[in-house]
Amino acid sequence: MSRAALLVLADGRFPAGGHAHSGGAEAAVKAGRISGAASLAEFCRGRLHTAGSVAAALAAAAALGIDPVTLDRAADARTPSPALRAAGRKLGRQLMRAARATWPSAELHALARQFPKGAHQPVVLGLTARAAGLGPVDAAYCAAYESVSGPATATVRLLSLDPFDATGVLARLAPETDRVVDRAVEAARRVVDEGVDALPAGSAPLLEIGAEIHAGWPVRLFAS
Amino acid sequence: MHLDHDHSHDGPGAVSADALRADGSRRALRIGLGGPVGSGKTATVAALCRALRDELSLAVVTNDIYTREDAEFLLREAVLPPERITAVETGACPHTAIRDDISANLEAVEDLEDAVGPLDLVLVESGGDNLTATFSKGLVDAQIFVIDVAGGDDIPRKGGPGVTTADLLVVNKTDLAPYVGSDLARMAADAKAQRAELPVVFQSLRSEPGVADVAAWVRAQLAAWTARA
Repeated sequence: MSRAALLVLADGRFPAGGHAHSGGAEAAVKAGRISGAASLAEFCRGRLHTAGSVAAALAAAAALGIDPVTLDRAADARTPSPALRAAGRKLGRQLMRAARATWPSAELHALARQFPKGAHQPVVLGLTARAAGLGPVDAAYCAAYESVSGPATATVRLLSLDPFDATGVLARLAPETDRVVDRAVEAARRVVDEGVDALPAGSAPLLEIGAEIHAGWPVRLFAS
Repeated sequence: MHLDHDHSHDGPGAVSADALRADGSRRALRIGLGGPVGSGKTATVAALCRALRDELSLAVVTNDIYTREDAEFLLREAVLPPERITAVETGACPHTAIRDDISANLEAVEDLEDAVGPLDLVLVESGGDNLTATFSKGLVDAQIFVIDVAGGDDIPRKGGPGVTTADLLVVNKTDLAPYVGSDLARMAADAKAQRAELPVVFQSLRSEPGVADVAAWVRAQLAAWTARA
């Protein structure tokens, strides 16, 4: 296992399309739910324990070698908002492109053939981790961290928030991120015997509703 | 650029600059148009579409910064059928979407080729940006940088990656030069100093010959691309 490969995959500059998405932050900023560093921290905490936890467990399960098609259906079942499903598949397709170019693997190629318009991003992320020689813990860390780093970066742009404050939010969430990852990997390991019902299904209704409203805006900075 | 040399691309989505599509057919030539806000990129794209649509199969990808205005302008002007125009959302960073992380644009190009192909030419229009914004070679085969005389006649002298390295520099709105006090001869001399042998076109879309010089350059690029097949 290469620790450096994890840094390549987790790097915010990894060219997989994430820069155009705010992780719900744009809708939350417009609605007044994020107005500064403190409310950004609350938003990120909520996202980490819901969407982040689910994504981390899906990614860990995919990295363990659980059937990606089954996991993709599990992701759909855990994503009520059609707009978020579309965004998740779009990001999955873009990650697939970057992953296949960076760490070519038969499993990635097979999934790309099965889902030409994109599988859910955490599933692709887990298979990408496998292709990069990484394990389920690494995949879960990437997913959990992305669930908060995306909104934090977007909020810097949306509110001209002090970038040091935004990074401080992420640093203070690190211990919680560790715990979310631990539980996600544990759930993913249980999928081997118990099936995908062992995966967490935490949902944040405001994220889902906000995504639907956001998708209808004529003017916006971010794709989701 | 990718590291995938060990096997053929046998599925969708792993290609960027590869000349062949997943099914083995040759892809369209991709030309990027970048430049500062308001310099006339969309107007140039519209004029190019009108000039070339009867002889080529073409499509357009726009990168609007926060709206679909550019795509909607092209649709309203009916320069191409709507299924040949796609808008990409860029998350507040138009240069990221054309240079550092080109995945959404590659996807848009491929979807256009799937939906309305085969295509000869795809024009990828950047959102209005700054003088350092250039297209990745993984996204486009050649790029046009569009500036205008009203943005200041010192822009060619200031240089920057767009002015200096673009395959074609277009100095637009030459009809405005007398009204804004821009010295076209000085702009031409400065551009020559920055670009050496790389071509520069001075154009006004409000009078003849309009976009003809740029269209001729595009035809030459396409001829060279086809000859490499």
